[in-house]
Amino acid sequence: MIYSYYPGCTLKTKAKELDIYARRSLEALGIQMEELADWQCCGGVYPMAKDEIATKLSSVRTLNQAKELGRPLITLCSACHHVLTLVNHDMKNDSNIRNKANDYSKFDTPYKGETEVIHFLQLLRDVVGFDNLKAKVTNPLKGRKIGAYYGCLLLRPSAKLAFDSPENPTIMEDFIKAIGATPVVYPFRNECCGGYIAVTDKGQATKNVDRIIDSAKYKGCDELVTACPLCMYNVSGNASEGKDISIKYFTELLAEALGVK
Amino acid sequence: MLKIGVFVCWCGSNIAATVDIDQVVAAAKLQPGVVMATGYQYMCSENGQSLMRKAVEEYKLDGVVICACSPRMHEATFRKNAQRVGLNPFMVEIANIREHCSWIHKDKEQGTIKAIALANAAIAKVSLNAPLISGESSVTKRALVIGGGIAGLQTALDIAEAGFEVDVVERQATIGGNMAKIDKTFPTLDCAACILTPKMVDAASHENIELITYSEVESVKGFVGSFKATIRKKARYVNEKTCTGCGLCMSKCPSKKSKNEFNLGLDNRTSIFIPFAQAIPNVAVIDPQSCIKLTRDKCGLCQSVCEVKAIDFTMQDEIIEREYGAIVVATGFKPIEVDAFDELGYTQNKDVITSLELERLMNAAGPTGGKLVKVSDGSHPTDITFIQCVGSRDCTSRGKEYCSKICCMYTCKHAMLIRDKYPDINVNVFYIDVRTPGKNYDEFYRRAVEDFGVNYIKGQVGKVYAEDGKLIVQGSDLITNEQIFIKSDMVVLASAIEPDPSAKKVASMLTASIDTNNFLTEAHAKLRPVESPTAGIFLSGVCQGPKDIPETVAQAGAAASKVIGLLVKNKLVTSPCIATTDELLCSGCSNCFNICPYGAIGYEDKLINDHGIRETRRIAVVNPALCQGCGACSVACPSGAMDLLGYTNKQIMAEVDAICKR
Repeated sequence: MIYSYYPGCTLKTKAKELDIYARRSLEALGIQMEELADWQCCGGVYPMAKDEIATKLSSVRTLNQAKELGRPLITLCSACHHVLTLVNHDMKNDSNIRNKANDYSKFDTPYKGETEVIHFLQLLRDVVGFDNLKAKVTNPLKGRKIGAYYGCLLLRPSAKLAFDSPENPTIMEDFIKAIGATPVVYPFRNECCGGYIAVTDKGQATKNVDRIIDSAKYKGCDELVTACPLCMYNVSGNASEGKDISIKYFTELLAEALGVK
Repeated sequence: MLKIGVFVCWCGSNIAATVDIDQVVAAAKLQPGVVMATGYQYMCSENGQSLMRKAVEEYKLDGVVICACSPRMHEATFRKNAQRVGLNPFMVEIANIREHCSWIHKDKEQGTIKAIALANAAIAKVSLNAPLISGESSVTKRALVIGGGIAGLQTALDIAEAGFEVDVVERQATIGGNMAKIDKTFPTLDCAACILTPKMVDAASHENIELITYSEVESVKGFVGSFKATIRKKARYVNEKTCTGCGLCMSKCPSKKSKNEFNLGLDNRTSIFIPFAQAIPNVAVIDPQSCIKLTRDKCGLCQSVCEVKAIDFTMQDEIIEREYGAIVVATGFKPIEVDAFDELGYTQNKDVITSLELERLMNAAGPTGGKLVKVSDGSHPTDITFIQCVGSRDCTSRGKEYCSKICCMYTCKHAMLIRDKYPDINVNVFYIDVRTPGKNYDEFYRRAVEDFGVNYIKGQVGKVYAEDGKLIVQGSDLITNEQIFIKSDMVVLASAIEPDPSAKKVASMLTASIDTNNFLTEAHAKLRPVESPTAGIFLSGVCQGPKDIPETVAQAGAAASKVIGLLVKNKLVTSPCIATTDELLCSGCSNCFNICPYGAIGYEDKLINDHGIRETRRIAVVNPALCQGCGACSVACPSGAMDLLGYTNKQIMAEVDAICKR
């Protein structure tokens, strides 16, 4: 099977590593993935408004394109995954939004949420399988104590994202185990990094990030991994002086473990 | 043709605001058979009822249609009223234009159209009605109470005091229920055991009460006045009559690793055990899952030490069959599982406990002798944080939408008791709202805050995690509008309560209705709060909805009074709306026999004269004493031979036609 791939804007600019290492890793794992030809921005946070249809349209177009190819759609960026999944959920379950979006879009056949949106981590867990992944690791990251930093967008709202337990997730820890490193569970791994508040109130973002880093270091993490460019931005750039911790995209460690970095 | 009168009730503005009464009256007058129609503000009032009686006499009516509220509300009222002027009560039909129309519609034009359709249907039906005569059935003067907690015991005691025999069936090895686990009770702080155990003794010693413990009701057949119950008495492996409760067997039992259910798993018990010191009956029971003799056929130590030879490893379950006139459901509640609340860390930290576990930790008869210690290491706590509404008022799938009602008060009680006994412990309580309606309840809460210095924080908790040997509670304080972190040694979760899991099975066995939360439904939320819609089934305690001990006891007494009111009757009037067979159409196929939930259908070989052909045929025969008029057979019958009096196929089709005609 070939999977469609939706990189999103950030992965073409600030978060190139997230994208490049994902492609290399999948090749190593023997999974075929093709970037959607005409993908557009997912819409950022704007499509989340319940009473606004226009902002959802770019996501709807992307989802419909994947449907026409008849392939599941792989996402990588937490925010894109969050937005595409929620818009897809609306198209499946909210007749008002579905009807209006279709009336505007005029696809050959109306889009009704048929596309399956899968995050890269879900692909590793549910399609590849962490046991199989472990078997394919050529360069296990032995002895490295890594904390998973989930942030908020991947996990919530949990009923719609259906990704993992929002309060006690395990998917990234299982991933860390599969690539041969030691996962460290720390309380603030699923707390908000501050997100866009860094733009208007940097102090608040610093407070959030410091708490996450303190919590991670207290439990013995030497480094963090994330799937979210926004988390990466805040944790790597907005901590207080001297608080910093190494943070990498999970795909970079995956590529390293598979020997394709 | 019948002469029919139609009365359209305004129900004040309940109906009149959404339905144009005059239009309904005018439309009714056009229907065949209708000789008079009128509207009235309150048909159920004495004036309304006399209006109907006068019209019956003046117009010599043979049929009456009342367009008003649900027949469940006032059908009986108007049928009785008809009887007063010599009209057969079954010649009265109700068109429900309130619950089925005005209450659920906003548009008056649409509402009026629908009300006219409903009225026409009732008129069409009543034109085909025939007078029916009610029968009689007898009443077995014995009641069954399912559940031996405070609700069931109070109901049983009140019924027994009135002179009727009662059986209490309790699933556990002892009566007492949840209340037996509680330390003290709000708002008076008297100890639960001191007020419950005497009641348990009263019940055990009452000449009219039989306690059937360690038993479950397996099936119930029959109907009000004549229920037949099958009760499974599970094997205790200990003879209840000879065991003296000396406890020697417990001291010798080598299998000591089973979780002690009574202490919610906070300590362990032996395989042969008495649930708690004041258990009734004070008789040991063997847990077959862990007993070495029963699982591996070794040991048998208890049998050899028992001086009265009460232990019998060959004991089998026993089936008891009894007849009852009334059944009371008192199956109670259990706290919900809080494992799903990952952010509160119940499964991750030993010192995060539930409120019921705290009751056991503070109870003098509990695993620590009443000394409050941290579960993790037995040390003395200095900071305790309570979290209210864990799973209550929670619209997600892991919680309950409703307010569990008792948590605000018991949390307040816990906080106060801790501050009283250990003034060095700081106590915080996170709350959404503090709800304290009830006599002396708010005063109690104020005392906790003002006299005992309990720190109440309005807000919810986002995370509980361990750090430096303490639990950190991250929450929001909505009054100061800031995020706070509170260090605690213990965190106590006021978990929501839900109906005992057995309630669903019991309800379906009794054909008693339950709501979406599995609480049993009362016949009327305000006017018939302790009766189930199923005749002869009564509700006592939390099985009907969350309530505290005083309310439970009050409701238990109310249920008992309804039972007594039923059992004092020698005869009950039965509904004449039962199934009958058209012998010419019946083919004896047994479809009705197979579907009848009451076992009311049998077969007879009858000589039939079918248009001159005389032959013996196998014909379905309905036992009028057993038939409950559910109508299942009339639907199942392939030839249309089965019909339900008062709801014949013709009548139903006439209603459908009338609705479709408009």
